[in-house]
Amino acid sequence: MKDPYLFQHKHILSIEQLSPADIFHIFDTATSFKEISNRPVKKVPTLKGKTIINFFFEPSTRTRLSFEIAAKRMSADTFNISASTSSAQKGETLIDTALNLEAMNPDIIIIRHGSSGAPALLTRYVNAGIINAGDGTHEHPSQALLDMMTVQEHKGTIEGLKVAIVGDIAHSRVAHSDILGFSKMGADVRVAGPATFMPPHIDTLGATVCSSVAEAITDADVVMALRIQKERQDDPLIPSLREYAQFYGINKSILRHARPDALIMHPGPINRGVEMNPDVADGSGSVILEQVTNGVAIRMALLYLIMGTQGV
Amino acid sequence: MSDLLILQNGRILDPVTGVDETGDLWIKDGRIVQGDKQIPETANIIDVQGKWIVPGLIDMHVHLREPGEEYKETVESGTRAAAAGGFTAVACMPNTRPVNDEASVTRFLLSDERNASTRVYPAAAISRGSQGTNLAEYGELKEAGAVAVTDDGLPVLDSQLMRRAMEYAGSHDLLVISHSEEMALSKNGSMNEGVVSTRLGLRGIPAAAEAIMVYREIALAELTGQRTHIAHVSTLAATDLIRQAKARGVQVTAETTPHYFTLTEEAVADYNTNAKMNPPLRTEKDRQAIREGLKDGTYDCIATDHAPHSVLEKECEFDQAAYGIIGLETSLPLSLNLVREGVIEPLRLFELMSSNPAKVLKVTGGTLAVGSNADVTVIDPEKEFIFSRESILSKGKNSPFLDWKLQGKAVLTIMGGRFTYDELT
Repeated sequence: MKDPYLFQHKHILSIEQLSPADIFHIFDTATSFKEISNRPVKKVPTLKGKTIINFFFEPSTRTRLSFEIAAKRMSADTFNISASTSSAQKGETLIDTALNLEAMNPDIIIIRHGSSGAPALLTRYVNAGIINAGDGTHEHPSQALLDMMTVQEHKGTIEGLKVAIVGDIAHSRVAHSDILGFSKMGADVRVAGPATFMPPHIDTLGATVCSSVAEAITDADVVMALRIQKERQDDPLIPSLREYAQFYGINKSILRHARPDALIMHPGPINRGVEMNPDVADGSGSVILEQVTNGVAIRMALLYLIMGTQGV
Repeated sequence: MSDLLILQNGRILDPVTGVDETGDLWIKDGRIVQGDKQIPETANIIDVQGKWIVPGLIDMHVHLREPGEEYKETVESGTRAAAAGGFTAVACMPNTRPVNDEASVTRFLLSDERNASTRVYPAAAISRGSQGTNLAEYGELKEAGAVAVTDDGLPVLDSQLMRRAMEYAGSHDLLVISHSEEMALSKNGSMNEGVVSTRLGLRGIPAAAEAIMVYREIALAELTGQRTHIAHVSTLAATDLIRQAKARGVQVTAETTPHYFTLTEEAVADYNTNAKMNPPLRTEKDRQAIREGLKDGTYDCIATDHAPHSVLEKECEFDQAAYGIIGLETSLPLSLNLVREGVIEPLRLFELMSSNPAKVLKVTGGTLAVGSNADVTVIDPEKEFIFSRESILSKGKNSPFLDWKLQGKAVLTIMGGRFTYDELT
């Protein structure tokens, strides 16, 4: 007889750490929680009495809110700290801040930080479970999980699908997590964008690099555009947004290469008219808002599963 | 009481004379003297059977952090670590606070009050404040005891300034040491640009950043006809450039470090800040090329780039952490691996670690010939030890080799006849 599956991750730092079985289990758990968000009283007592800290060193609207809603719908007590209100402003180190939070016995700390590896660093100093809500240009695992869940819901499977990711791959932690996740689940992942947006050896994460958007999205089941991250660029990577839109923007015309039932995705926030045209973002194939809805369910699942490893 | 010391029955290795034989080494009044059949009764005899007797090791690239960052290292603590690592001399880099860009700082470093356990050869700054704009006063620096000039830690970005530095240093017979880095390419990078940087989401430093500047230094050395030394080389590309330059007679010398021939970028995995240095750890291909260069003579020296930091600079986010690792206490065992793995012969190793650094810096040492200063290291090549945090004498504990089991150790270090490290007697 097969051993029963057991979710064993105390921290969610990356997609890299998860197996396909883990990912399926997270989907199943999230699916079972999804209905809670549609009830008139959107609250279950599952995490009552638990303390969850949202610790955001970078601006975020949807991810922070999504985690907070997820925690509150499970009755946890949530607290938000952002860089502008934390002692980081006063010169406190990340480790000292973390040790001080730890002294207040939180159960889970959700962290977003500009330095790749910052969440991993925290795990060495605190007992709380750590969820990476985006670290530098490393990973953003909950985003990739909600992306994959959305595709799974629409297509019934991820295995064998052609997934095209277009844009600034080098500066996108979402792209890194999605490439790792979709390829782990058996999809054929292609990436496209100007070479200045391609990190070296991106193929080692599981993506095929295509020379044009058309090539990448040919027969694609999923087309994902990434946000141009203006705030991360300190050297000239593209001459202008205008030219970028012309050669790499996702519009109706280029989408003719994709499958007619292709899903259109974007991790948000969208620069409309740059990486994606409004008619595509709002068009029939777009699942961009479903991604946001599933985000809450995925994050509820992660909180629940991590708490399970703490022996609740 | 006699002050005749006899190291008896050791394997004597002298890269200058080419001697590799079992015998006795006689030391008197701080010098190596001719042995005699008659051993005076009063002689202090140490049996070193099974051990190697080599000219005192010389590390031409260390950061002693004094003046200004005494919490990281001092001349006293750094040279004590050096002596324990088998070194009898070190050249210390000028990126202190203040920068060693004037004679008073050089004299401060050489003062008896620093209580050094090795000879100290200050490398002074190429430019005032290492700002890269005006030349420092090489004449006075040389008179005060500087042996080389370098803006180490930073490249000299202005090619004309570097050219003038080479020319002017030549007039004062000072070696120019280049920290070769094209900063437009390396800016904000925290590890090698490649597979691992992509996986970890860290800004990379491409190998080209080193190669471009190494090529410039070679071109300038060719233009000026002055001797130029390339510090801490990490890449295959730069190794090839240096090899080619030497073949056509350019007066260029080069050093690499134990970490570049031992580790690769994989050591950074899991954001280990003790594997962060500049230039960064590279790929397996680079590592193999460095080993080949050590074998074929492309490299003149093994240096450590000993760069102590406190936990303040290292226990933090990877991209925020300081560059650099300590090396004085691991250099010898890691370099002995090259002998054990058949890359080089013992005599070649001590050329790289002793006689060549002396030659490149134009300082004494590097030989056991009669009449030389008694700078001698006795090595137990078999001795195994765990490189534990507690065992480290440097103030810095920032090493990627922590808790490694290492083999080969200096057991007695003698500088000018004085025991500066002794776990033998």
